[in-house]
Amino acid sequence: MMQHSESVETQAENKPGIIRVESMHKWYGDFHVLKDLNLAVDQGERIVICGPSGSGKSTFIRCINRLEEHQQGKIIVDDVELTDDVRHIDSVRREVGMVFQHFNLFPHLTVLENCCLSPIWVRKLPRREAEAAAMEYLERVKIPDQAAKYPGQLSGGQQQRVAIARALCMKPKIMLFDEPTSALDPEMIKEVLDVMIELAGSGMTMICVTHEMGFAKTVADRVIFMDEGEIVEEAPPTEFFSNPREPRTQKFLQQILQH
Amino acid sequence: MTESTIKPPKKNLGPVKWMRTHLFSSWYNSLLTLVVGYLLLTSVGPLVSWVFLDATFEGSGPGDCLGEGACWLFVSQRLNFFIYGFYPDELQWRVDIMFGLLALAFVPQFIEGFPARKWLGIFGMSGLPIIGYVLIPGGILGLEEVESSKWGGLMLTLILAYIGILASLPIGILLAIGRRSDMPIIRGLCVVFIEVWRAVPLITVLFMASVMLPLFLPEGVSFEKLVRALIGITLWQSAYMAEVIRGGLQAIPRGQYEAANALGLGYWRKMGLVILPQALKLVIPGIVNTFISLFKDTTLVLIIGLFDILGAVQSTIADPAWQNVAIEGYVFVAFCFWVFCFGISRYSQNLERKLDTGHKT
Ligand SMILES: Nc1ncnc2c1ncn2[C@@H]1O[C@H](COP(=O)(O)OP(=O)(O)OP(=O)(O)O)[C@@H](O)[C@H]1O
Ligand SMILES: [Mg+2]
Repeated sequence: MMQHSESVETQAENKPGIIRVESMHKWYGDFHVLKDLNLAVDQGERIVICGPSGSGKSTFIRCINRLEEHQQGKIIVDDVELTDDVRHIDSVRREVGMVFQHFNLFPHLTVLENCCLSPIWVRKLPRREAEAAAMEYLERVKIPDQAAKYPGQLSGGQQQRVAIARALCMKPKIMLFDEPTSALDPEMIKEVLDVMIELAGSGMTMICVTHEMGFAKTVADRVIFMDEGEIVEEAPPTEFFSNPREPRTQKFLQQILQH
Repeated sequence: MTESTIKPPKKNLGPVKWMRTHLFSSWYNSLLTLVVGYLLLTSVGPLVSWVFLDATFEGSGPGDCLGEGACWLFVSQRLNFFIYGFYPDELQWRVDIMFGLLALAFVPQFIEGFPARKWLGIFGMSGLPIIGYVLIPGGILGLEEVESSKWGGLMLTLILAYIGILASLPIGILLAIGRRSDMPIIRGLCVVFIEVWRAVPLITVLFMASVMLPLFLPEGVSFEKLVRALIGITLWQSAYMAEVIRGGLQAIPRGQYEAANALGLGYWRKMGLVILPQALKLVIPGIVNTFISLFKDTTLVLIIGLFDILGAVQSTIADPAWQNVAIEGYVFVAFCFWVFCFGISRYSQNLERKLDTGHKT
């Protein structure tokens, strides 16, 4: 927690509004998934998004690196607006790392190759340099000894940590997590959360969709509650958990804190 | 814990017990064993004596084939024609070099741990065709020219199959990717190409290539018949290949595309580094199946007057000097095809095993 408070202080000189979402709407066909979303995230901030299933959390964060397209409003990431322009999309994706619920590692490549792929082909690093950097990140997620294995030979928790390392290898300014622990067995959740807490402590800008309320309380600067495609409530974790304003939030928290 | 508790139970049955469990476990299994045994005994014996014991292997001409068995003399005497067609005797060393290089490139693929076998394989797919393109037709670098109408036999079969296989794979990949493209024009073109070529029998394609195509080409432009046949075979084959590969592309989960996108790989790198390696690996059996059927389909070039190995053998059988050698001829052709097709099949199994990286995520 020492690290945490340190980075809160350094945050002051960090760039405000590294992600800006302004009146953003999205439809799937006629279905209005995301309704008038507004969000500004400063560099170094850690945001946790929660909400019931189908509320549009995944869709929202996938819009931020354009895995999904929005139809109205603006998304500006690191001063680049996401439009149809492929160059804009590519430059945003270089700065935004993403971790998926189902890891999505490349099964035909070893752990090390998974990590080096993008640095070599997109950042054009020499192989040796990319591998050295990848080994550093694998050490940081505590699995350097698995570097030569294939993803199919690892446990779920190990795979997810590789996925985090793979995203970090691109040296992104922002990390997006879409329910990184919900496909994991309970005993593996902690090893992944530990890595994420450590990452949060290092000052990384993070947006994290999760139902791990303990994690939210520990690291989040703000918790956002979504329901039916809207941002219903937005508050610092202490306030969010002890004193939720909206009835929908209260109902959700009751349900989730029961177990 | 003692040693004995760790060892798995032995499952080594004696021969008598083995036979009892595998051959005579019930009355109908016993009956089946006896019937099959009887058929084997009565058929294998005569076959062996026809192929080996009573067969004629040596001699100087048709007159020496007097025995009851096979007349392999026919094959050995005309072997030169079966392998090279009408390729001039004194220039056949050029073809021999190609056979040698072919063996050099691909035989090591079956030998575990052969030095540099990966590079030999790559050479087989890049350097080898280039050398062949210079060496076999000649006409440059001081090599005497040999017209393609003189090529024939096994050599022609291999040329057709090899170029057909080598060229149809990349074209098929592009067509498969195109068919799944988001761009309607590209997708439409690929669909039309694939559906048109796939719907036409190869015989028709060859016939069109040899008879109709020259009518459509402008005055003065003409390809040799072999080149036209090769273009026809390649395009026809790539339509099939495209559909096999599309099957593999469809089996790749959406998460793989998304992860590649999220890493900023861009379209071509995503396809080339992430999607295709997995998709191709999945459909190796299908690809090899297509290769093998192409290999055998090359015999159809007979109808446009090219003498592949089957054509060469068939024309010799009709030679009045040799009597009743049809069976020997066809057995020989069947054997040649089997050797190559079996080789392709074994190679693909090696490849599958080598590329196996555990279960998918
Ligand atoms: N490709 C799609 N086409 C049409 N509808 C979709 C598509 N993807 C998602 N949806 C719908 O959009 C809504 C939001 O989905 P989303 O995956 O963002 O929810 P979520 O909040 O992440 O839920 P969960 O907690 O279950 O992951 C859901 O109702 C879903 O059915
Ligand atoms: Mg989701």
